[in-house]
Amino acid sequence: MDHADELLELLSENARYSTADLARLTGLSAETVEEGIAELEAEGVIQGYTAIVDWDAVGDDRVQAHVECNVTLDRETTYRDVAKRLAGFPEVQGLRLVSGDYDFALEVEGDSMREVSRFISDKVAPLPEITQTVTHYIMETYKQGGYRFDDGGDDDRLSVTP
Amino acid sequence: MTFEPSDRVAEVPPSGIRRFFELAEEMDDVISLGVGEPDFSAPWAAREAAITSLERGQTSYTANRGMRELREEIAKDAKRWNLDYDPDEEILVTAGASEALDVAFRALVNPGDTVAVAQPCYVSYSPGVTFAGGEVLDVPTRVEDEFKLTPEVLSEAGAEDADLLVYCYPNNPTGATMNREELAEVAQFCREHDVDVLSDEIYADLTYEGDHVSIAELDGMRERTVVFNGFSKAYAMTGLRLGYAMGPSEVITAMNRVHQYTMLSAPTTAQYAAIEALQNCREEVEEMRAQYDRRRNFVLSRFEEMGIDCFEATGAFYVFPECPGDDAEQFAEDLLEAEQVAMVPGTAFGAGAEGHLRASYATGLSELKEAMNRLERFID
Repeated sequence: MDHADELLELLSENARYSTADLARLTGLSAETVEEGIAELEAEGVIQGYTAIVDWDAVGDDRVQAHVECNVTLDRETTYRDVAKRLAGFPEVQGLRLVSGDYDFALEVEGDSMREVSRFISDKVAPLPEITQTVTHYIMETYKQGGYRFDDGGDDDRLSVTP
Repeated sequence: MTFEPSDRVAEVPPSGIRRFFELAEEMDDVISLGVGEPDFSAPWAAREAAITSLERGQTSYTANRGMRELREEIAKDAKRWNLDYDPDEEILVTAGASEALDVAFRALVNPGDTVAVAQPCYVSYSPGVTFAGGEVLDVPTRVEDEFKLTPEVLSEAGAEDADLLVYCYPNNPTGATMNREELAEVAQFCREHDVDVLSDEIYADLTYEGDHVSIAELDGMRERTVVFNGFSKAYAMTGLRLGYAMGPSEVITAMNRVHQYTMLSAPTTAQYAAIEALQNCREEVEEMRAQYDRRRNFVLSRFEEMGIDCFEATGAFYVFPECPGDDAEQFAEDLLEAEQVAMVPGTAFGAGAEGHLRASYATGLSELKEAMNRLERFID
């Protein structure tokens, strides 16, 4: 589909653009837009739609942590196998294999620091392939998914200029 | 004893934009489509270069013509438009393209000289000519020509006798652009009638269909053209005030004589930002251009849905729809009052703009959507 990149870019920018908006922005027909998105969803290119939420702004005190995980592998176990186990936990919101000092980067979420700590010590650390975990609690989020949380977006331009 | 403005100043009426600005400023929650500057910030690398230059204490005057490194970068960049200028002799860096135009008028216009001004246009051209002691010849372009300059409109206005022609493509306020063939006809007219050209190309990078073409690259035009550009629009650096002019060395030398006695040199911090912008910020320019293009599609499509006639703007960040009411100034005021949406009446931009409104889409998409919804409600 020819316009896939443009649609993906726009939906990454704002997943709530309506079909009509996407059609206006791209100059495509509404039917083409709908078909294109359906195709991207069916192919698994678009995996889902979510909102970027500043939970602090609504007084929600959920705790998020970035967890570095090192693993050891054997002939029978691959990174993918370990990832499958880790991804199965609902507390794990994000999971990536990374290069560098550790193997997996986990984003873990819980209602309290105690809950997150318990999850790491009771569920993650005991897995036979896990050799080390380092937990970094997120103290404040300034930017996520390309959105700056501290940016009021105030337009200080004059209302009419040449 | 009280001060009295000079006759030249008294002769120039207040800007049509100023009056509308004052109205808009009095109101709360205005969504403004009246803004002639980007809603993006300058690319971070350019801002960082400006900050670093300040940290290093680089706060002195630069060469009158601008830092050599910047002039070299400008010369290199101009090759994108097939323009070849010597950074030592043929480029002048100024405090915004507006200053470049002002010094050009003062350097080139003798009292009584006629300057043909293609309109609708940026609000400063005609006053600039008047301040320089010249006579303005209005050259109204026509909606049926998609606001392009043609030999016919030049002839109708009597531009054969003009000493200079000034225009801006891509155009503020109409969003019109001109292609190579169309410019070639204008070039022929200028050569035939010995008219020199001041070509304001500040929106060159914001061209959405086809490539931007400068008249200076056409046969026999380099020696009779001064090209104006700057960093305000494409690089979103309006507040840094940095522009430049490129032209034959004798013209640039004359312009520099005015510039060196008034501005001395363009802001040093901004020049460092500009070097970085030219060297490393093309990607950001392209990204902004893509965003404007989508918004242009959006706005044009909404006007069409509302049944408002609007020719398809192909450059800058403006559209210039026909006013749905009889009187554009009244319509703009009523729209502002009823729905708090500011669109500037076309008459603020000179002849040929009657019955039109300028809507800038240098505004976030959510505001554009809301503004279009309010406009639709207003005209229903």
